[in-house]
Formats: sequence, C-alpha cells, structure tokens
Amino acid sequence: MTDNVQSVGLPDERPPANTVGPIAWLRNNLFNTWYNAILTVLVLALLGSAIPPFVDWLFINAHGLDASSAVCRKDNSGACWGFIGEKLRFILFGTFPYEQQWRPLLTIVIFITLLVASCDRRFWKPWLGLVWIAGFLSVAVLMWGGVLGLTPVENTLWGGLPLTLILSVIGLAVAFPAAILLALGRRSNMPAVKVLCVTYIELIRGVPLISLLFMASVMLPLFLPNGVSIDKLLRAQIAFIMFAAAYMAEAIRGGLQAIPKGQYEAADGLGLSYWQKMLKIILPQALAIAIPPLVNTFISFFKDTSLVIIIGLYDLLGAGKAALSDPSWRGFYREAYLFVGVIYWIFCFSMSKYSQKLERDLNRSHRR
Amino acid sequence: MSQAAQQARHIPSGEEIIRCTGVNKWYGEFHVLKNIELSVQKGERIVVCGPSGSGKSTMIRCLNRLEEHQKGTIVVDGIELTNNLKNIELVRREVGMVFQHFNLFPHLTVLENCTLAPIWVRKKPKAEAEEMAMRYLKRVRIAEQANKYPGQLSGGQQQRVAIARSLCMNPKVMLFDEPTSALDPEMVKEVLDVMIGLAEDGMTMLCVTHEMGFAKSVADRVIFMDRGEIVEQDTPDSFFTNPKSERTRLFLSQILNH
Repeated sequence: MTDNVQSVGLPDERPPANTVGPIAWLRNNLFNTWYNAILTVLVLALLGSAIPPFVDWLFINAHGLDASSAVCRKDNSGACWGFIGEKLRFILFGTFPYEQQWRPLLTIVIFITLLVASCDRRFWKPWLGLVWIAGFLSVAVLMWGGVLGLTPVENTLWGGLPLTLILSVIGLAVAFPAAILLALGRRSNMPAVKVLCVTYIELIRGVPLISLLFMASVMLPLFLPNGVSIDKLLRAQIAFIMFAAAYMAEAIRGGLQAIPKGQYEAADGLGLSYWQKMLKIILPQALAIAIPPLVNTFISFFKDTSLVIIIGLYDLLGAGKAALSDPSWRGFYREAYLFVGVIYWIFCFSMSKYSQKLERDLNRSHRR
Repeated sequence: MSQAAQQARHIPSGEEIIRCTGVNKWYGEFHVLKNIELSVQKGERIVVCGPSGSGKSTMIRCLNRLEEHQKGTIVVDGIELTNNLKNIELVRREVGMVFQHFNLFPHLTVLENCTLAPIWVRKKPKAEAEEMAMRYLKRVRIAEQANKYPGQLSGGQQQRVAIARSLCMNPKVMLFDEPTSALDPEMVKEVLDVMIGLAEDGMTMLCVTHEMGFAKSVADRVIFMDRGEIVEQDTPDSFFTNPKSERTRLFLSQILNH
C-alpha cells in the first residue's frame, strides 16, 4: 500500500548540501551569530593555552610511580606519581594492618561486584536483597575479623576507600527503604503517622549534616548511661542514614505526587490492598519518576561521607590528606587530591551514567 | 453463555444486588447526593444520565466506595459499605469499574494489567490468570496487543483493555463512568460494541453515559439525575418518548436536538 502511494507521489530528494554534514553543524552550533563566533574563538584560545601545560605536567614531565621524593623535589616541572606509588595502599586502605590489607581490598571488590550486578534489571528479584545482606555480612567479617582465623581489627584502624564505601553504600541501602516509608507516611491518611513523618523530615533537613555528625559523636555519649558506649563509626553511620533518609523521602514524595489520582482509583477499584497498591502500582512509577533527584542525593551523599574526617574517621579523602603529613612527602597535595578526586569522580560519574540508562530503559517501556 | 444470551431482554431476576437507601453526600457544604434511593437487580442494565455536575459519577463511585457517602446505607452483594476496610475490599472484588480516562497501569503490559488483580487479590496461579486474561482480551478483540504497553495503544484500544481488566476479576456488577467521553469519535463505536456484547451476555451494568443510542438499545432502565437527586427512572421506551418531569424534557431536548 505504501509503495503505491509513493509511486504516484513526488520522489524523495536529498536536503540542500549546505544544511547537512560537518560544515553545516559548525555553522549551526558554533558560528550561528557574531557573538557566538567570538565566544567560540575565545573558548578555543583558552583551551589552547590551558591544556598543553596541564598535559605536560600530567604526563610529559611527570615522574613515574617509582620516583622518590628527592628526585621530584629537584625537578618539580611535572607531577610526582612516586607519591601515589608509595602511598597508594595507605590512601586506599588507611591504617589497616599492612599485611592484612587483602581484606579491605576484598571488601572493595565485594562492594563493586554487588553494585555492578544490581545494575542489571534482570536481577531485580527478591533474592537480590538476600545477596546484599550476605555481602554486608561478609564485609563485616572481613573488616572486623575475629572469626574464621582472621585477626581482629579494631574499626578505629579502618580507613580509605572501604570506609567511604561502607558509609555510603550501607548508609544508602538502609536509608532508601526508610525513605520510602517516610514518604508514604508523609502522604498517609493517618494523622499521627503523618505528623511523625513530617516532623522527622523537617527536623533533619533543617540541620547541617556536619552538626548531625558532631551531635552523634560528641553529644550522644553524654546522654548515654555510664559504661554504655556506641561505637564511633556506628554513630556516624546512623547519622548518615538519618540524614539521607530525610532527603530521599522528599525526592520520593515528589515522584508520588506525580502519579495521577486515576492510578490510585484503578488499583482501589480492583480490590488491591494498600500495600499491594503501593508496591505493584504506585511505587514502581513514582520511583522511576524520582530517579533524577534520587541519584542526585546518592551522588551528594557519596561525597558527603568525606565529612566524617571532622569526627576523626579517615575515609578516602581523609586518608589522602593524612598521607601528605608524612614529612618526606609534604607538599605533594596536587597529586594527592587529583588522585582521590579521580576515584570519587569515577564512582559518581558511573552512577550518573547508569541512572541515565535506567531512565531511558524505563521510559521506553512505560510512557507514550 | 448461550443461556445468558437468551436472557438478553430478560425479566430481571428479582434478586437484588445493590440497594441504596437514603444516601446523602456532601463535598464540604455542597450537597452532591440527595436522598438517593436505588435498587439494582442481578442482570439489570441501567443507564444513568443527566447534566454535568448532577452527581451521576459521584453516585456510581459511591457504589464501590471510591467516594464515601455520609448518610444512608449502601449494600452491595449483601455487604454494607462502611469504614470497614475488609468489607470495602470484598465489595471492590465483585464490582468492576471502567473509568473515563481508562487508568491503565502504564508500567505494565496489557496482559500484566489484566492478570495483576486476579493474581494478587484472587490469589490465582499465574498461568491460570494469564489464560483467563487472554480469553477476555480476545473477547474485547485486542488479544494480539497483549504484550504491548498501554502507551502504545489508541484510546479505544486502551478502554477495551480496561474493560477486559475489570472482567478478569469476574465481577458481579460492572460500573462504567462515562467510558466513551474521552475517546475520539471514530473510537466510540468499538467500545460501545464491547459494552453491548457484555449487556447481551447478562452482565449487571450501571453506566453513566451520554450515548443515548446505547441506552435505547440495551438498557432495562434509564435513570435521570439532576442537582444530586434521581429525578426520574423508567424503561428507555417511555423515558425517551414520554418523559414525566419538566427537567427531563429539558435535558432530552438539549442532548437530542443539537
């Protein structure tokens, strides 16, 4: 039928040559007005003057991973990657006993495996929750030790990337379901539940995270009876969970509010119970809508774990800073922060990329 | 089914399935339903019409408690609708509802839309629920779209899926809340055809609609509502040819002579 229509209609023609191809793209995007043309030239000039020296410093004049600090100090025209070579294990694992550092390494591997595996929607089954619990348990065993012939390691010695991952991944994994309950509670018909959730969210959101961490580490022990003490790391972890839950609850509430009333009515009309309606109909749609603000929260909390340095815990950034306090390596802060920054960036950028992919996938199937 | 078809122009069974007594409802100060008295018998096909804002949608939405009434009693299938959540859920299982805007679940396929409630509410095994869903999807002539998402279908197709989704719960009563009002004109017929088929099979139906042709051809009774009250109810024949109240006459003249 379509063949028929085309054979009697006008033939397709190619668009004019000056509207397609790279030249047209340049003209449309970079030189479409006189002020855009000026901006383009300026930006190119700026990049041209900034990039070559940076590349020189980063690679060409740089000293390799085996360079000593003495060599680097003599010729400081390039980066001194010897600093990373020597301090790598300290930055990654903190003060964890040197010969036992395969344990935090394995912890990192477990976390990354869990995170990567959970990205695949085919694995989104109830058993994935069990896998996560098993993952957390094995991390606890690896880090603490004391069983299976592993030497016990006090958690005051933990640090570096495993600490960052423990605080952020466990924190977000616990905070996420709590946030869902808070968001549902805030929209509940039951006044007591609603007031409780609103009060909690507004109270926590109105306080800076730093003050919450301080309270958890300094003030909380004052209120506990003599002899009872909660571990410092646990207190920081709880403070993170409380804070993240309040923020994510608001992101999820935004998603819930975007669901049309008709969806609730259709679910009610079919006789679904409250929890069936929420779990099967409302939340799958609301969470899909809330992906951008949720990932925003995830990313900012991953980075905010570096605030634990103020209560004396040495996460990735803290360990990087501590490595600089070695007298022989003092002053190589550019290398230290660049290295740590790149690690943070890899994690955050992966989260961002994955969330974009997830949004695309979910949109493709659901919406018109 | 053939037995049901024979009952097409049936004598109502005499068995009452819905009974409203003195039902009143207010939105704040606004009195939307005034002393509604309504009895529906099994197998009856009722069309509810009236000007917009007359309370007809509100009335049928009270029958499965999507809206709460404040005075009077509503008994559906022997169960009184009160604040008792269990009773409400029991009634909703037996009362299917089709909405003006379809309200299909956009994140589920057509088939999943139809099997969700049978699996989770009726606790049917998945295979059985799917088999039944395919049967009803065939009946509304849309079985070939079973694995598509609602967003990929036209309005008429979506409304037919919504009807099949309700039927999958094997309801005793079907409520239709202006099922063709949101459709493009060329799609109204395909939905009405499905509804006529249902009526011929003996389904108890309450339908809020402006499709007077549908009322004439299948309804046992037409109810006319205005300003929150039931003004008149009669067989379609006498309702359209010999309306008793002035308000009915005015309404009919407005919708029939445009």
